[in-house]
Amino acid sequence: MLLHHDFEASLRRHPSKVALVCGSTRHTYAEVDLRAREMASALQRRGVQRGDRVALFLDNGIEFVAGVYAALRLGAVFMPINPLTKSDKLAYMLADARASVLLTSDVLSPAWSAILDPLGGLHTVFVTGALRTTPASPDPRVLAWPERVAAGPEGSVVGDTIDQDLASIIYTSGSTGFPKGVMLTHLNMVSAACSVSSYLGLRESDVVMCALPLAFDYGLYQVLMAFSLGASVVLERSFSFPVKVLEVMVHERVTVFPGVPTMFSMLMALDNLARFDLGSLRMITNTAAALSDMHIRQLRDLFPQATLYSMYGLTECQRVTYLPPDQLDIRPTSVGRGMPNEEVWLVDDDGKRLPHGDTGELVVRGSHVMRGYWEKPEETAKRLRPGPIAGEMLLYSGDLFRTDSEGWLYFVSRRDDIIKSRGEKVSPREVENALHSMEGVYEVAVVGVPDEVLGQAIKAYVTLKPGARLTEREVIRHCLARLESFMAPKFVEFVDTLPKTDTGKIKKTGLG
Amino acid sequence: MTDTQTKVREFIQDNFIMGARAAEFGPADSFLDLHLIDSTGFLELITYLEETFGITVKDEEMLPENLDSLQAIDAYLARKLAA
Repeated sequence: MLLHHDFEASLRRHPSKVALVCGSTRHTYAEVDLRAREMASALQRRGVQRGDRVALFLDNGIEFVAGVYAALRLGAVFMPINPLTKSDKLAYMLADARASVLLTSDVLSPAWSAILDPLGGLHTVFVTGALRTTPASPDPRVLAWPERVAAGPEGSVVGDTIDQDLASIIYTSGSTGFPKGVMLTHLNMVSAACSVSSYLGLRESDVVMCALPLAFDYGLYQVLMAFSLGASVVLERSFSFPVKVLEVMVHERVTVFPGVPTMFSMLMALDNLARFDLGSLRMITNTAAALSDMHIRQLRDLFPQATLYSMYGLTECQRVTYLPPDQLDIRPTSVGRGMPNEEVWLVDDDGKRLPHGDTGELVVRGSHVMRGYWEKPEETAKRLRPGPIAGEMLLYSGDLFRTDSEGWLYFVSRRDDIIKSRGEKVSPREVENALHSMEGVYEVAVVGVPDEVLGQAIKAYVTLKPGARLTEREVIRHCLARLESFMAPKFVEFVDTLPKTDTGKIKKTGLG
Repeated sequence: MTDTQTKVREFIQDNFIMGARAAEFGPADSFLDLHLIDSTGFLELITYLEETFGITVKDEEMLPENLDSLQAIDAYLARKLAA
C-alpha cells in the first residue's frame, strides 16, 4: 500500500465531499485530486521520474497539498521545507537532496530567487502567485504554476513504486548545525498514519483544524490522516491571530484540534475564551513538547467535551508515544506508552534493556522507523542500530526517559544540546554560525532558557571584538534575516568573556 | 503614506527586517503573507502600538483586518483614537 492509496479510495467514495477549507475557498476531494493530477502531469512533462526529489517550499494551502499528491503519484519524493527558511539554508537543503523541482510562491521569492544559479540539478521552479515580486525572471527554469493542464494518461503516472520506495525526505535540525534529511518510505508513513489514526480514533466525519505548518511533520500528517479516512481539513496559514483561528473553528464546527504547547499558551492568554462556541470539538492533541500541569487543567476546564491527548514523537519516526486520556488524571506529566504496532523500551549506555522504574535512552521498533538520513551514513549509524531480528534496524531516539513502576514513560532530557522553542527544534550551532557571520562579533554561546509561551527561548551570549558596538536588537535582526524566525534569539546578553573548558572550548554549563 | 504608517513601518524595519526587503512592502501588503512578522512579532507589534499610541488592543481586536498591514493598522488606530 502506498501513501496516496487511501486518499484515492476516499476520492472514489465521495468525490464531492469537502476535503480542504483554505480561507473562503472550499475544495472537494475531486478538486484536490484535479489539482494534484494537473501538477503530476506538468511535472511529468518536465521529466520528473520515480525517486526524484520535489521540494515544497510553500505556505499552507491547496498548492502544498496538490504538490504532495502529485509527487507521490509519480513515485517522486516530496520534500517539505518550512516557509520561514532563509536563502542559505534553503540552498543547502536543495543542494543536499539534489532536488529536481522546487514548488514555491512569489511571496517567498526573496528566499529562493537568488540561489538558483549554482543548483545545476534543479530543472524546474513552479511558482504560485502573481510573480509580482519577481518580474520576468530571466531564469528559464522559473515557470508559472501549472493550471488547467490536461492530466496525463491514467496509469502511466503510477510507475513501479512500491512501499519500500521513499515517499518523503523531511529535514530536521542536527547538532552539527546542518540539517539532516530524514528518509521516509511509503511503508514508514502509512504505518505512522495508521497507528496514530487508530489510537486517536479519527473518523470520516471529523473536521480537523490545521494551523500547524504542513512543512512540520505533525501538520503534514493532519492532511495525510484526514484524507486517508475521507475527513475534512481546515487549513490556516498560521496561528498568529488565535482569535481568528477560533472564529474559523466555530464556523466550520471543527472536531479535532492538533497543536503544540506554544499555541495552547497563546489561547490561554486570551480573555473570555468561553464566548466561542466550540461544542463540536471532541479532541485536542498536543505534541512537540509537554504541556504544563496548569495548561492541562485549563484546557480541560475550557473544553470539557474534548478529550486531550499528550503525545511524543520525532521526525525520524513521526510518533512514538501517546497518553490515553483516561490516564491524564492519574499521571498528567507522562507522555504515555508506545502506540499500536510499535514496541518501545529504555536502554542503558551499553544498550542493555532496562526494567520499569529506570532512566535511559528510548529505543523505538516498528515499521514507521526511518530508513536513515539522506546521504549521511555516519549520522544514520548513530541513530539506527541492529535490532533483535536479522536485518532489522531500531531507532535510538537520543532522548532520555524514565518509566514508572507500570512502564509509563516520562521525558527527562535530550542527549544532545538541541533546544525546543515553539515546538520546533533549534540547533544552537546553527544560531551560533549565523551570529559569527555578524561584523563585530567575537565569540558566542547559544542556550535555551525557560519561557512560559515558547517552552524554551533562545538566548545568545556574545562577546564583541575590541571597539565593536552592537545592540541586542541589531543582533536579533541579523539573525531574523538568516534563520527561521523561531531560531532567532529572544535575548542577547553582551559579556566580557565566556567560560571555557581546560581545552579552551566554550563551556555552556552555568549559562542560561 | 500617513504619519502613523511611517512610524509603524519604521518600527517594523528597525525590529524585524533588513536590507532589500525593508523597502519592498507596500501599505496594503500583508505582513503575514510576506513573512515579515511571525506570531511572536505580532505580540511585539501590539505592545509597540499600545505604548506608542496609548491604546489597549483588546483580544477580540487581535485580527488580521486590524493589524496585518500598514493600512489596516492606520484605520484601526484612527477608529480607536476617535472612540
